[in-house]
Amino acid sequence: MSRAETGARVIVLGALSAIAEATARLHAAEGARFILAGRDETRLGQVAADLEARGAASCLCRSLDLAAAADSYAAFDEMVEALGGVDYVYLFYGLLGDQDAAERDLAAARDIVRVNFSSAAEWCLAAARRLQAQGSGVLLVASSVAGDRGRQSKPLYGAAKSGLTVLVQGLAHRLAPSGARAVAVKIGFVDTPMTAGSAKGGPLWVTPEQIAPKLRRFADGKRPVVYAPWFWRWIMLVIRLVPAPIFHRTKL
Amino acid sequence: MTSWGRVARGTQVTTRPRFRDLLPATLEANGALSGTSVLPLGLARSYGDSCLNSEGRLVDMTGLDRVIAFDAGTGILRAEAGVSLSALLSLVVPRGYFLPTTPGTRFVTLGGAVANDVHGKNHHLAGSFGCSVRRLRLLRSDGSRLSLSPEESPALFAATIGGLGLTGMIEWLELSLRPIGSAYLDTENLAFGGLEEFFALSAESAETWEHCVSWVDCAAGERSLGRGIFMRGRHRDDGALRAHRDKGGLSVPLELPSFLLNRYSLGAFNALYHALGKRKQGLARTHYESFFYPLDAIRQWNRLYGRRGLYQYQCLVPPETAADAVAALLRRVAASGEGSFLAVLKTFGDKRSPGLLSFPREGTTLALDFVNRGAATLKLLGTLDEIVCQAGGRVYPAKDGRMPAAVFRQGYPDWQRFAEQVDPGFSSDFWRRVAA
Ligand SMILES: Cc1cc2nc3c(=O)[nH]c(=O)nc-3n(C[C@H](O)[C@H](O)[C@H](O)COP(=O)(O)OP(=O)(O)OC[C@H]3O[C@@H](n4cnc5c(N)ncnc54)[C@H](O)[C@@H]3O)c2cc1C
Ligand SMILES: NC(=O)c1ccc[n+]([C@@H]2O[C@H](COP(=O)([O-])OP(=O)(O)OC[C@H]3O[C@@H](n4cnc5c(N)ncnc54)[C@H](OP(=O)(O)O)[C@@H]3O)[C@@H](O)[C@H]2O)c1
Repeated sequence: MSRAETGARVIVLGALSAIAEATARLHAAEGARFILAGRDETRLGQVAADLEARGAASCLCRSLDLAAAADSYAAFDEMVEALGGVDYVYLFYGLLGDQDAAERDLAAARDIVRVNFSSAAEWCLAAARRLQAQGSGVLLVASSVAGDRGRQSKPLYGAAKSGLTVLVQGLAHRLAPSGARAVAVKIGFVDTPMTAGSAKGGPLWVTPEQIAPKLRRFADGKRPVVYAPWFWRWIMLVIRLVPAPIFHRTKL
Repeated sequence: MTSWGRVARGTQVTTRPRFRDLLPATLEANGALSGTSVLPLGLARSYGDSCLNSEGRLVDMTGLDRVIAFDAGTGILRAEAGVSLSALLSLVVPRGYFLPTTPGTRFVTLGGAVANDVHGKNHHLAGSFGCSVRRLRLLRSDGSRLSLSPEESPALFAATIGGLGLTGMIEWLELSLRPIGSAYLDTENLAFGGLEEFFALSAESAETWEHCVSWVDCAAGERSLGRGIFMRGRHRDDGALRAHRDKGGLSVPLELPSFLLNRYSLGAFNALYHALGKRKQGLARTHYESFFYPLDAIRQWNRLYGRRGLYQYQCLVPPETAADAVAALLRRVAASGEGSFLAVLKTFGDKRSPGLLSFPREGTTLALDFVNRGAATLKLLGTLDEIVCQAGGRVYPAKDGRMPAAVFRQGYPDWQRFAEQVDPGFSSDFWRRVAA
């Protein structure tokens, strides 16, 4: 699949995420055809109109709770049929959640795992099944550096993203002989609504517009697990190497 | 949080909604209904305090950056207020359209362009930005969402164009774009020796050159007072519709120590600029990016003015008094030894601006920048105010961070009619200064 190819068929699961929208704009400029899946119908319509103005050949919206699909296989197959095939599948939806709330209330804890891992895993399986059968296309999943080492502030979110990365890594392995691919991107700090609660600014933070071209490139690249931006690879290497007695004294 | 001039600074609570349906809740959460004031913020390219609200909250509108509809047949575009002119150009230039008018930077939002009713090099033909706004959606703190047009809601429309963000939040707007046959312009630079020549060139170019602007040497002594370079351009028709790219470019990484900007370096820079301009006279084929946005090539050039920031001073004087007033202003600046690298001179045409507080009206505008040297700079600007007021002119709020209330009120005689339309949940540092 060359970057210049026009009319690529793109499915975006979690199309209302800030990073998803920035990435979709790059595909729109190349004349892509989209399925946009997310929860809010009105907002999906706004994103769709914008992508079409930016060059998308067409946008179909699917408003649904992606973490509560009764049958992800059937739902995914329907999307592929509606598009007449698929070249790119992006999975962007996610939930940072509140660890303290999750500890008070198991339903909140279950949500974090369900949104970030269990439901996502089902969509990944659904996508891999199609991509493997057709022998082409790519599944790109937004994972997180938070999955590289468990930390007291976000152990559940980190675990779910860690699981997601390993799942996608496994699918990449499985798809390799077919010609289709899967990519897990371990994303660092991005200024989006998800991180609205954090103090931002400083050299580690990037905007969705800065990260999107990297994701777009990774979708056409070769590596199954990548960091974005690249420097997180080295930051996380150091963080993983810090001995537990020292790590436990931090508030990370 | 600071504006482009970097004089006023402070921390400031901001929220950045990404969808229009969030705006009413955003107003409520920021207290616009309960006594705290709110101010919408674009890309903060205003120089002074008109985009700051240190006693209240800011709502960053740049998350609302979607096109709603674009008709490539008619050139009518409806887009959310946070879309930047830069993003818009990348979208419409390849399809044969350009902005109806553009300020000297493309890193401003549509909402900001409306709220200051900005002007460009083609004011003498196109009028101000607001002249091309067909309709806009305004959200007020009482929860009403109004669709405003010059025909259906003249009073609130006129208050919102050039309304400094004080009449409510602009959610989206509809604009008529200008069809173009090329992203390139035929341009011509002509050196002039004084103001008389400047006015003659302006008059001569007004009908046949869509875009005109001049750089003027504001360090020149009496003998060469008002010398400068007249730059004019008009769109070509060669079908080359290549849009600019935003990637790359240089950036000023650090603040420059402000002692580097002194009487001597300014004088030398101005003399050199004039000499180079004189040498580069003549016709050329120029891309719109370098013709309209030369400063955008160096990101954060405002850091060149050092830690204390800079003041811009842009004024407008009516045709009757223009020649004398501009000469007096230049004399005053040259004598002070302060003064700027890039002094800009332009005549505005007689097309009426639609806003009650719109800055552009027929006359001549002069824009200068000054390193902030505290009291001395403020004193100098005060003396410029006197010349402007005596000439029956006005000072541009987008560039201002210090004009006294009296100067504002004299320059904008409609300000009380405007004040009646201000949303009680909205305010800014500028507004508290000039109207309170
Ligand atoms: C290098 C440079 C060159 C310039 N050249 C010119 C020029 O040639 N001509 C000219 O006219 N100006 C010029 N300007 C000034 C600039 O065009 C204006 O200050 C413009 O308004 C900035 O837009 P912004 O998006 O940055 O808005 P901001 O500076 O963030 O805000 C400006 C005003 O708009 C209001 N506002 C922003 N968004 C909304 C919204 N959605 N709803 C309601 N109100 C809103 C704010 O409250 C504020 O009052 C220049 C500035 C720079 C830095
Ligand atoms: N921002 C970062 O710093 C960062 C770092 C590492 C990884 N990531 C990952 O990047 C991805 C994109 O996040 P973002 O930063 O772009 O944040 P965002 O703008 O807040 O996007 C998150 C999106 O997920 C959607 N979502 C959550 N639960 C859903 C559900 N059940 N069904 C459908 N949609 C659902 C949200 O939709 P609603 O609006 O309907 O809730 C929202 O649009 C996420 O997977 C995140 O974990 C982000």
